[in-house]
Amino acid sequence: MQDLLYFSQQLINGLTIGSAYALIAIGYTMVYGIIGMINFAHGEIYMIGAYTALIAITGLTALGLAWLPLILIVALVCAMIVSSSMGWAVERVAYRPVRGRHRLIPLISAIGMSIFLQNYVHLAQGSRNVGFPALIEGGFNFSADGAFQMSLSYIQITIFITTLICMIALSLFISRSRTGRACRAVSQDLGMASLLGIDTNRIISATFVIGAALAAVAGLLLGMYYGSVDPLFGFIAGLKAFTAAVLGGIGSIPGAMLGGLILGVSESLTSGYLSGEYKDVVSFGLLILILLFKPTGLLGKPEVEKI
Amino acid sequence: MAANNLRHALFCAIVTLIISFPILGLNLEAKGINITLTGAKTSTYVAIVLAAVVVFVFQIFRDSFMGVLGKLPNLNPLAGREPMEQSKRVKLESWILTGIVIFALFWPFLVSRGSVDLATLVLIYIMLALGLNVVVGLAGLLDLGYVAFYAVGAYTFALLSQYTGISFWMALPIGALLAGLTGMILGFPVLRLRGDYLAIVTLGFGEIIRILLNNWTTLTGGPNGIGGIPDPTLFGMEFGRRVKEEGNTSFHETFGIAYASEHKIIFLYLIALVLAVITALIIRRFMRMPVGRAWEALREDEIAARSLGLSRTAVKLSAFTIGAFFAGFAGTVFASKQGFISPESFVFLESAIILAIVVLGGMGSQLGVILAAIAVTILPELAREFSEYRMLIFGAAMVLMMVWRPQGLLPMRRIHIKLNRQE
Amino acid sequence: MLEVQKLSMRFGGLLAVDQVSLDVQEREIVSIIGPNGAGKTTVFNCMSGFYKPTGGKILFEGREVQGKPDYKISRMGMVRTFQHVRLFTQMTVVENLLVAQHRHLNTNMISGLLGTPNYRQREQKALDRAAYWLERVGLLELANRDAGNLAYGQQRRLEIARCMVTEPKLLMLDEPAAGLNPAETKELNQLIISLKEDYNVSVVLIEHDMSLVMDISDRINVINQGKPLASGTPEEIRRNDDVIKAYLGEA
Repeated sequence: MQDLLYFSQQLINGLTIGSAYALIAIGYTMVYGIIGMINFAHGEIYMIGAYTALIAITGLTALGLAWLPLILIVALVCAMIVSSSMGWAVERVAYRPVRGRHRLIPLISAIGMSIFLQNYVHLAQGSRNVGFPALIEGGFNFSADGAFQMSLSYIQITIFITTLICMIALSLFISRSRTGRACRAVSQDLGMASLLGIDTNRIISATFVIGAALAAVAGLLLGMYYGSVDPLFGFIAGLKAFTAAVLGGIGSIPGAMLGGLILGVSESLTSGYLSGEYKDVVSFGLLILILLFKPTGLLGKPEVEKI
Repeated sequence: MAANNLRHALFCAIVTLIISFPILGLNLEAKGINITLTGAKTSTYVAIVLAAVVVFVFQIFRDSFMGVLGKLPNLNPLAGREPMEQSKRVKLESWILTGIVIFALFWPFLVSRGSVDLATLVLIYIMLALGLNVVVGLAGLLDLGYVAFYAVGAYTFALLSQYTGISFWMALPIGALLAGLTGMILGFPVLRLRGDYLAIVTLGFGEIIRILLNNWTTLTGGPNGIGGIPDPTLFGMEFGRRVKEEGNTSFHETFGIAYASEHKIIFLYLIALVLAVITALIIRRFMRMPVGRAWEALREDEIAARSLGLSRTAVKLSAFTIGAFFAGFAGTVFASKQGFISPESFVFLESAIILAIVVLGGMGSQLGVILAAIAVTILPELAREFSEYRMLIFGAAMVLMMVWRPQGLLPMRRIHIKLNRQE
Repeated sequence: MLEVQKLSMRFGGLLAVDQVSLDVQEREIVSIIGPNGAGKTTVFNCMSGFYKPTGGKILFEGREVQGKPDYKISRMGMVRTFQHVRLFTQMTVVENLLVAQHRHLNTNMISGLLGTPNYRQREQKALDRAAYWLERVGLLELANRDAGNLAYGQQRRLEIARCMVTEPKLLMLDEPAAGLNPAETKELNQLIISLKEDYNVSVVLIEHDMSLVMDISDRINVINQGKPLASGTPEEIRRNDDVIKAYLGEA
């Protein structure tokens, strides 16, 4: 019973982190699905979302606002607006001019952008990590005989529910809306879609904006969950989310969800049973193995090499 | 059209405000356990508004602006000139390089100790960048975990010296070979991956190595690192005030001169210089050999290269191994120079800096890479206030280079091959 | 020397090539024709080892080669060109030809670094062979240009020269006349015949230019929608009702 509780605790922690990874992973997967590039700066977009949310929360609290849901919603909206604008600008400045060139060129441009944004925040906000107030406290506790307590905190529940809402909204958007349909068309065949009169530039921008907005949501959620942010906050998280996207099959949105959850759970099991220090080794190892043995991921479509 | 333009310009200006105002204008400050928000300096706000205005104006006049830019007479006086004759150019290039090397040989005796120390670091970066240039510039394999091989070289020397008391000269080939071997072992499975996946896998690998170094405390000392790495000796002569190793003599006593700590620094510098020159010469030679051509062919068109009988794995593996080998080389020198190493010297940022050097200098171009290595290492030291902005500028420069001049500042030039008419 | 037996290639639900057979004798020019999307290039891709066929056999000089890696097939003496020219565009014209001779060179790195006599001798031989073929296709003057800066017709010829320096036994040409003007096509016509006559190379040709095909082919195989439709001499193909129907039906 004791062991079962401990295991369940790891499972809950893993699913929490995993669903947040999934939110970030959407950005990687959608961009890759449409223009076939790794948006290396996406982790930084997420970090900027977290910072903006924190700035908004601090500002609102200083202004005397006390009603928690309002604070959270305003912070979320601010983070989404700033991150989306950043995502849009990054695509405009660093990716659009190099689109269609040799594969390495957009990637190097993206790495440059990632370094730039990291240092942009570093210079403006300092390199030290800043505490994120625990706005949602408390939770449910379960215990068998008092020795080990399994807890399911409210913040974890919030993360699940928010992720779920975002995913449902995204699926509806992709399948129902005009823009969503255009997104699918562009990811099938960019050249054809533009021949058919779809403004592909606009759709690509939209992809970046949507991905960035979801990353901002994740930024707020994980900021509250971890309790602090720093300029390097996005780098590792971005890599993890990219791993999740690849794991699930890059280009596939349900794949990103699945990949995020698997990654989150395997990480927390490593921390729980092995050692917290090696959890990054496990996720990078997982990434390498997946790429070597099933580069199309769990739900991805196989690519045929064209000549 | 005009209204559309105006709308777009306004939109861009607003986006500029949105992405700069909260991050730049509102600073989080930790006061005890509370955080407060403070405003930035007035100049920052002015700058933000100014940036938005500039973006706005630029977007409105974008078309006419670009038009004018296109019509401007070329400012570069050399641009319209006929390209120099090949044989002349090669001669000129080797003269320049020889000149640089001769200058570099005598220079340390004229300047301060700090400058020499910095120059040694520059030389280490030159070795690293030349090695990475093989992998990225010539073979077109984006390796984001290059620093891992650097670490292998450095830690090989550190550990061997700690456990077996090995000397620098023994450790140099061992470290390089071990790094090369690591490259080969890692490369074998991953090199069939597509370019961008390869980049991520190498990045992951670099992180794994760093995490292992950090956590395998019993062997590597973890974050505390390893110290007491010996200095190189010159034919059994040590450069310290007192001889540490039995059987060695000391440099200053042998030559009957007064002890000076500069001797060691200059000696290290000279070793690094010689090794950097060797690295450059060997790689230069590789570039003209079948293997070098095969690297480039695979970068240019993998399918065509395979169809002509090139084995993708063998060719890529050779590039990867050779790149790793020279990183190990540089790592050993680095360990000796510092006398102390810790995982902190081998973070992703270091890989990114080396990559930036290669990209700025011009992928494939040796002279370009050497000049870029010098510039990237020395500029932040010359302007201290600038060093804070170093990485910001690197990042921006990488983006700008990719957009405007992906071939780098000094692009690689093809070698001219003379053919005899066959009948 | 080459025998393709009941070759099939399936991509997911799509049977791109269905039971195609063909054979090539020494010093013979065999063409594969058929409407767009008939699966001609897929047949080539299977033959040259880019795809692993899902069914059938490919025998080259009596040895089974289907599913072997592409570079090994190429080293056996089966070399191809591409429908869309694939040169090493940022390398010079000579370098393109030197890369192709990789396996004839001394690739030992130590001998290369030391510049041993054997290494230099082989390097010189490769240069001479490159010069010979450049002269042959009329590109010697452009030897040190970047391959990407050549005119389209020149690129096509360079691609053929690049195959020939590997000293192949069988040359596979994928639409070599595409994008050429009539004069260039005529030159190509003579070049291909000379490859057969003077250099004892067999040629498999995919081509849409019917006059070229009818002119130089010894035999022709027609495939339609992945299936073999007819095979025979140019004369027989010209009179074959199925072929006429397939082509008219397409038009």
